[in-house]
Parts: sequence; structure tokens; C-alpha cells
Amino acid sequence: MTDHPLILTARMHAHPESSHTIATYEATGGYTALRTALDMGRDAIVEEVKAANLRGRGGAGFPAGVKWGFLAPARPAYLVVNGDESEPGTFKDRQLMERDPHQLVEGTIISSLANEVNHAFIYIRGEYPKSARRVQAAVDEAYAAGYLGANILDSGYDLELTVHLGGGAYICGEETALLNSLEGRRGEPRLKPPFFPAVRGLYMAPTIVNNIETLSNIPWIINNGGNAYSAIGPEDSPGRRMCSISGHVNRPGNYEIVEGITWRELIYDVAGGIRNGNELKAWVPGGASAPWFVPAEHLDTEVTKAAIDSNGSMTGSGAVIVMDHTTDMVAAAERLVRFFAHESCGLCTPCREGTTWLDMILRRMLAGHGRASDPDVLYDVSDNISPGVTWPPKMTTICPLGPSAVSPVASLLKHFPEEVAAAVERGTQVPVSIGIRS
Amino acid sequence: MTDTARWSEESEALAESVMAKYPQKRSALMPLLYIAMREDGYLSEAGMRRVADLVDLEPAQVSSVASFYTMYKLEPVGKYLVSVCTSISCWLLGGDEVLEAVEASAGVPSGETDESGVISPEHVECIGACGGAPAVQVNYELIEGLTPKKATELVEWLNAAQPATLNGDEMQALFGGERSFDWAINETNDATGPYPAFQPHGTIAALDRS
Ligand SMILES: Cc1cc2nc3c(=O)[nH]c(=O)nc-3n(C[C@H](O)[C@H](O)[C@H](O)COP(=O)(O)O)c2cc1C
Ligand code: SF4
Ligand code: FES
Repeated sequence: MTDHPLILTARMHAHPESSHTIATYEATGGYTALRTALDMGRDAIVEEVKAANLRGRGGAGFPAGVKWGFLAPARPAYLVVNGDESEPGTFKDRQLMERDPHQLVEGTIISSLANEVNHAFIYIRGEYPKSARRVQAAVDEAYAAGYLGANILDSGYDLELTVHLGGGAYICGEETALLNSLEGRRGEPRLKPPFFPAVRGLYMAPTIVNNIETLSNIPWIINNGGNAYSAIGPEDSPGRRMCSISGHVNRPGNYEIVEGITWRELIYDVAGGIRNGNELKAWVPGGASAPWFVPAEHLDTEVTKAAIDSNGSMTGSGAVIVMDHTTDMVAAAERLVRFFAHESCGLCTPCREGTTWLDMILRRMLAGHGRASDPDVLYDVSDNISPGVTWPPKMTTICPLGPSAVSPVASLLKHFPEEVAAAVERGTQVPVSIGIRS
Repeated sequence: MTDTARWSEESEALAESVMAKYPQKRSALMPLLYIAMREDGYLSEAGMRRVADLVDLEPAQVSSVASFYTMYKLEPVGKYLVSVCTSISCWLLGGDEVLEAVEASAGVPSGETDESGVISPEHVECIGACGGAPAVQVNYELIEGLTPKKATELVEWLNAAQPATLNGDEMQALFGGERSFDWAINETNDATGPYPAFQPHGTIAALDRS
């Protein structure tokens, strides 16, 4: 993986003090891709991004170039950059916004050009004021330098770029909820179909939604060519991607990885191994929504989209949460489920009620009031949210948040039945079950 | 349209520039709610009425939106909102203990405000600082790598010094530990709360351009 140059974090490594300024950005080749792109024109840019096979880094992993190809012909069209980053374990977009905001702004301008967009938005979660300040400062600098606004670099192309701050709600990361939020509404997801953003998005106009990291790759792809990008790493999920590693490792942080290494290498070499020489117990391979991996089955499997998918989990937001042998897995599952229960927007009954019940049952078990029927009830509630409790999950809900809450529960039941049984056993020692909500 | 009390000239000007940044004015609703909070220190009913007027909605529609999001505080909160992350990565490294320490030194549980109106502890879901767990925000300015002891000192410092504005880098140096990623450049910003210090709430820079 060291054979390939850094793409996303090269500048912040080389110029730690000033990577966020326009002076450093321009001095290190910044905004040359924009000039090239203005000459290339729309179709050629889309072709380059298709050739790169750049997959979305927001969670679903859909190829960006293909998505752009789906944009309906009606105009105006909009581009919305998703900086709502709230999936537990994920902190990569924050680094890209704070440390290299011009890379993002340039990527956004080129992507807008490619999609015939004249007004783009960067939606940043409200809890990231520092990111918002940095991105706004970069946007202001870009306006002043003539990279934004009317008649960009005398090309005849106009683009307004608005930075928008969220109000605190994980669900607004879901693209249609994000559009509702940007329209000044409650951040509730829309039904797909018919509200596919590429056809009926912001203000019911064709809209592209892409993640911060996805678009931060665009300047490099234009400068070096789509084929150079797709030549890095596995064919099916090429390029470099940000991997946020947290939990019980010695060196947590963001790592710009090339896929193809093993989990053992990622956890022990890249992230420095488990704290205090402890034993690895389990890890979440792709953000809180992803089913868990365990060492006996997965430590020597590959970190590639294809391998992660076929092993029953997902790359998701790229966040890896590592847990050592001291971790109470019932408590870990509860902590993850609690998040989804808290963040459910409440539109769909299986999600609103199901996540709450899963959380209450797990809390009751942790409080020493487990019941023999709990494993079955946990499975049954999960089955009502996502029929069959399969992977990838079947949906009864408007968006994937509900099924996401099933992942930690299904993982707990599958990999740690003895810990579930122990919690039940503790419960049978207690005469009466009381108080389920703490 | 009802006739609502106008805000300060500064806020009214800000509101106008915010609305100019969107193709449809309803889109300005969320930034306007932050301006309303800046006026009153929290999102008051009068504030929501003013927002409703500005974007041509009913006050009930505005409050329906405001109540959806966690950062619009419909009740007055203390001068310093201390948000402790208790999601998975912070929990694995002692986030619950940090929350307990904050609650103990504030003397009130999460969701309440101390008697003197200075500290409001709250527990929050992931704030994107999992690599620097456990993480805390004061008026949304981030401090990473806390311990219960450092968290206690943070609350004591806030109580004693009661700084007019907050700087995340300064608090990080005083009370923080390891960060999620290197942060070589210190910021000079002046956060006041309990709304995020995004000058100017997502939009002020537009003033300079027009
Ligand atoms: C509940 C939920 C939360 C999401 N949160 C985010 C997020 O915080 N950031 C993000 O980029 N995508 C998030 N997504 C994915 C978006 O819906 C969308 O697929 C993505 O922004 C598209 O960008 P990409 O194709 O560049 O990945 C979320 C999806 C769901 C269902
Ligand atoms: S699945 Fe949950 S979060 Fe998604 S729309 Fe339904 S209730 Fe809302
Ligand atoms: S889990 Fe605490 S900041 Fe992400």
C-alpha cells in the first residue's frame, strides 16, 4: 500500500501548519484540476470519474460516475455535499473539512460543472463548527480568487456555493432526509421511489448527493486521470479511502488506506494493536450499522469491499471500532442500539418501536433482569424490523436506519450467545423483574 | 402575517443575508433558528414567531421543525452547555465515567442546569471525535481525550473563570489528551453559546461579498 501516493491527506502531511489555506493549496497544484475540467467539459469529466470507478464514501458505496449519469435532464439541478457525518466511529470527513477544505471545494466545483449545477450546498452537521468555519473560509477565499461566483475563470460558468449547518440529527445524513432538512423541514426521509434525488431531489429538482470524502478525490482524478485511480488497489473498490479506527487500539485515528491488506494488518500494524497487549474480541468493520467481525473467522480475511460483503458485513462509512476481551458484548450491543433508538425519526413503526424495544430489553438484561425468553424476543423484534434478519437486510421501513439497529443485535446473538445466556442466567437469580428504563 | 417583534439590527441584517443565500427562503429556516437563539440565549417562542414571519410559515410549523433537532434548545440552558459523548467508541474508553464526573461537579444530572445558570451537562450521541475518545464539547467546541479528573477540572475552570468566549484549542491544551488526528494550527475563534460558533451561523461571509 506504500507504493501508491497519498491522495486525500498528502497536503496535510506535507504542510501541517497551512494545508487549509488557499496559498498552500495553490502552491501545491490546487485549482489546476478546475482549469483542466473547465476545458474538458461535462461529458469528459463524467467519463473520467466513471473510469476511476470511484465509489461513494458515505455508506452505500455506489460508483459516483454512474450516479452522475442518472441525473435527470430537467434544470435547474443541484449538488449537495453530505457532511453530516454522525455514524458512531466515523470522524474522517471532519479531518478532510478541517485540514484540507480547498480540496473539497475544488472537488465540489468540478462535480457541479460535471452535473450542470449552478448552485451547490455543503451540509455540515451542527456539532462541527470548526469544520464549518474552515469550509466557509475556504469558500470565501475561492469566491475572492474567482473560482466561485459568476463567470468562473472567464469560462462563462457560474456557481454559487452555500455552506449550511445542520441542527443535530443523525438521520439527516440519509440523503432524502438531508434534502428535507435543507428545505427547512423536519429531517424525515422521503420514500424512494418516487423521490430518487437524481430525479426529484432538492425543491423536487434533479439533485446529486455525494459524501465529503467522495468529492475530495475529484481533483486528483482530474489531474491524474480516472485510469490512474482505478489502477490503485482492488478492481472492484479502487483508490484510497479514509478508515477511521477507534476503540481499544494503541493508535486510533484516520488512516488513508488502499484496500487489499488483511484485518490483522490493519488492526495490528496500522493501528498499533490492542491496548495493554489485550486480546482482540470483535470489531465493527464499517460504522455502527455494520454487522460485527470476530477474530476466529475474519482476522485473516481481506479488507476489500468484495471480501467484507461476502463475509456478511459492509464497508459502510469506513469506520472500524475495535473491542478487546474486557468488553461486555451485551453492553456493547446496547450502546449501539441505543444510538439508533435515539436517532430514529419516528416515521415507521418497526423502526420507532422496534429500536426502542430492543434497547429496553438489552438494558433490562444489563440491569440483572434477563429472562429466558429474551434471546427469542430480541430475534423476534429484529425480524419485525428486518424480515429474516438477513444480510443485506430486507426492509420494512422507509430508510435503512431501522435495519441498522438489527446489526448489533444479530451479531450479539450469532457470535456471543454465551454472554447472552449469562445475562439471562443472572436474571433468573433475581426474584422479580422491575424497572426496564434507566 | 402577524406583526412580530424585530430583532436587533445586527441580527435582522444577518437574517436578510442568510435568506439571500438560498433559492427558496424556507431553506433559511435552520440558520434563522440559530440567529433566534443568539438573540435570546435559547429558542424562545417569540424567536420562533419572528422566524415564522420571515419565511412565511405558521409558528406551529417552525416549532415542529425546531423540535426535530437536538441543537435547538427550547428551554433556557446554562452559559456553558457541556455535552459528553456516550456513544460506543467513547463508552469503550470511559465516556460514562466522564459524564458522571461532569454531572457530579455541576451538581445536576444530564439535561438540567445548575442553580447559578452556569453549567448544563448533557449526554450526546457520537460527535465525530471517536479517535480521541472520550470526547466532550463545550458550546460545541471540542475537547478530546478527557479523563474523569480532567473533566472535573474543566467544569471547575468554567465555573471559576467564566470566560466570555471559548476557544477549543485552549481548552484542549488545558484539559484534553490525544486527539483523533493531528491539529497543528491553533484557531482563534470566539465561541459563545449555547449555539455553535459558526461565524456567522453558516452565512455571515455572504455580507462581505454582496
Ligand atoms: C441513516 C443513514 C445515515 C447516513 N449518514 C450519512 C452521513 O452522515 N454522511 C454521508 O455522506 N452519507 C450518509 N448516508 C448515506 C447517504 O444517504 C448517501 O448515500 C450518501 O451521502 C451518498 O454519497 P456517496 O455516494 O458519495 O457516498 C447515510 C445513510 C443512512 C441511511
Ligand atoms: S427507518 Fe427509522 S429513521 Fe428511517 S424513516 Fe423509518 S422511522 Fe425514520
Ligand atoms: S463515539 Fe464519541 S465521538 Fe464518536
